[in-house]
Amino acid sequence: MGRSVRLQQTRFGDLLQSFGMPRLIITGFLLLLFLFAPVVGADFTTQIGNVINRFSWNAIMVLAMVPMIHSGCGLNFGLPLGIISGLLGGTLSIQFGFTGGLSFLMAIVIATPFALILGLGYGWLLNRIKGGEMMSATYVGFSSVSFMCMMWLLLPYTSPTMVWGLSGKGLRTTISLEGFYDKTLANFLRIGSIPTGTLLFFALLAVLMWAFLHTKTGTAMTAVGSNPTFARASGVSIDKMRMLSVVMSTWLGAVGILVYEQGFGFIQLYMAPFYMALPAVSAILLGGASVNKASIFNVVLGTFLFQGLVTMTPTVMNSIVHLDVSEVVRVIVSQGMILYALTRKTEGAR
Amino acid sequence: MSEKKDMGKKALNLLRNNSVPLMFILICAVCIPLSGFSISYLFNEIVTRMGRNIFLILSLLIPIMAGMGLNFGMTLGAMAGEIAIILVADWQIWGIPGVVLAMILSIPVSVLLGLMCGKLMNMTRGREMITGYILNFFVGGGLYQLVVLYLMGTIIPIIHSSIRLPRGYGIRNTVGLANMRQCLDNQFSFTLFGAKIPLLTFIIIAAMCLFIIWFRKTKLGQDMRAVGQDMDVARDAGIKVERTRIISIILSTVFAGFGMIIYLQNIGNLPTYTAHSQIGMFCIAALLVGGASVERASIGNVFLGVVLFHLMFIVAPKAGAAITGDSMIGEYFRVFVSYAVITVALVMYETKKRRARGRAGELLARAQKEGGGNA
Repeated sequence: MGRSVRLQQTRFGDLLQSFGMPRLIITGFLLLLFLFAPVVGADFTTQIGNVINRFSWNAIMVLAMVPMIHSGCGLNFGLPLGIISGLLGGTLSIQFGFTGGLSFLMAIVIATPFALILGLGYGWLLNRIKGGEMMSATYVGFSSVSFMCMMWLLLPYTSPTMVWGLSGKGLRTTISLEGFYDKTLANFLRIGSIPTGTLLFFALLAVLMWAFLHTKTGTAMTAVGSNPTFARASGVSIDKMRMLSVVMSTWLGAVGILVYEQGFGFIQLYMAPFYMALPAVSAILLGGASVNKASIFNVVLGTFLFQGLVTMTPTVMNSIVHLDVSEVVRVIVSQGMILYALTRKTEGAR
Repeated sequence: MSEKKDMGKKALNLLRNNSVPLMFILICAVCIPLSGFSISYLFNEIVTRMGRNIFLILSLLIPIMAGMGLNFGMTLGAMAGEIAIILVADWQIWGIPGVVLAMILSIPVSVLLGLMCGKLMNMTRGREMITGYILNFFVGGGLYQLVVLYLMGTIIPIIHSSIRLPRGYGIRNTVGLANMRQCLDNQFSFTLFGAKIPLLTFIIIAAMCLFIIWFRKTKLGQDMRAVGQDMDVARDAGIKVERTRIISIILSTVFAGFGMIIYLQNIGNLPTYTAHSQIGMFCIAALLVGGASVERASIGNVFLGVVLFHLMFIVAPKAGAAITGDSMIGEYFRVFVSYAVITVALVMYETKKRRARGRAGELLARAQKEGGGNA
């Protein structure tokens, strides 16, 4: 009897350990927010609807973290590179005169070669700096975003919906997607405020990712991340696997930003992609991933928790304490989560 | 023969280490005539910016010595300086006494933040830079906002309504430091070639340089260099590695706090929520432009870097406008260059580290092979 209790205790301890204390606190905090929501008079269904909507916008960018974590490249702070491919795809699709749902499809098609090329270059770079990927990746992202800032001005875009009205050249900072791919996915099979199409699209990509990770190549990729020596001994080309993972991650980033735009209704250019990697990184960590381990479940849970936090804190906290501390809470939670993950010991890091 | 090879490698390394300053000299040489600024104007601007920035950049040197890379966490010190200067401004202590008081006040805050930063970096060994970088956001967006926007005026008393937000707590977007403006710079200043030379500020900077040179020779400085070379060897030699690393970060944070106060007294007002957000990036970029790398930086790098980087910064918008007819291009160009310089330096550092590791592995394998052959 006593032994079984102790066994249960250790098992509970293990569970706690694997889930991690900070994560538990944040989940508890979110549950508390949900409980308080009706008390302070926030409409519960609207709140849930908001969370689900924001989930559908962001989930694919979080999913983009998975392949690189599996192959041992760490957290993809270079996500802006994928986002830039997506932005190029979106703007070019509009420039070429595609409208409606077709423009979304074409945006993905056009973004793909950019994502492949940028991903290959990025992967090549990361293969040269194994072990120090994250910091360099951050700055690769930054420099490419600031480089594109010049390009948005210089590239010969002419579509009147996108360029500055007065000078007739240079793209605007925000471009409305009305008439193009605004809510294309979201309105597909929409039930009330729930964007079924977007969720289905995410589910499709998530299932594909899950299936890929269980193929021979996918297993090899995981092996490269968790035990590179073993992988090399069994004849897996480490560099090739890492390259593949980076390309996948970049492409998913490109699709992710397009899905985000169709939900949001606007394309944001110039400095907008600058800090977009950080929410995605903290979301997947919040979902239980570590620097070298991540699953689809982590993506779903993490995005839900993170977006829940983002949408719930302002409404609930403000009405409880009458202070707009939501921004501070969000920053402390998301950055604190990244810091916590960095302090964990990881075997993959060499 | 190996000596000759080493010589060749050294020459190659020398060229590689200086490729960034050379490139910047080239950029400046092209942009200065295009921008159309007069030499005396540029001289004046550069002298002002040297006084403003050098102290901040000098604070980066100590962690590099201890092998902790570019201290992206120096922003923490800058925030400590800002908190101190807000308090001093509220107490209406102006001029040089105000600056000195702000520096003294910033020390405990800097030490506390530095301690936190150092402890975290000890937990994330090998990933110090990304930790410092994320810590910036954690403290800058989280803790600093919490203190300045919510605690000041509620728990920490703020008397003057010119600083406080109208709602009764929190600090306004800008805090005017008009009575403190350039009080250090104007002391003993004189004019040379039409430019004001802020003598006192330069004296302070010189003192800091002397301190760093002296510090390198002390026991602690030697320990830091040993830790930077090889942590395990240093530990075997009886050096308290963790403690040494924490001290190096604390020193850097405290000096960054001083540097921020010098910077702010030159500018003359404090953009409360944005002043620190870019400071780390610009300081690091300037240091790298001066020819420093992630593992080696000298005082000379600091001075050369400030001159070249800020020269580029001043002339780029106008030169960009002259070339493309759009001034925004130049603005984006200088931002891009700052980030690109940091990216290149980081990539070069990581490649070098990997190559060194590969060489060590090769040597070990060869030694093992030979050992096996003998047995």
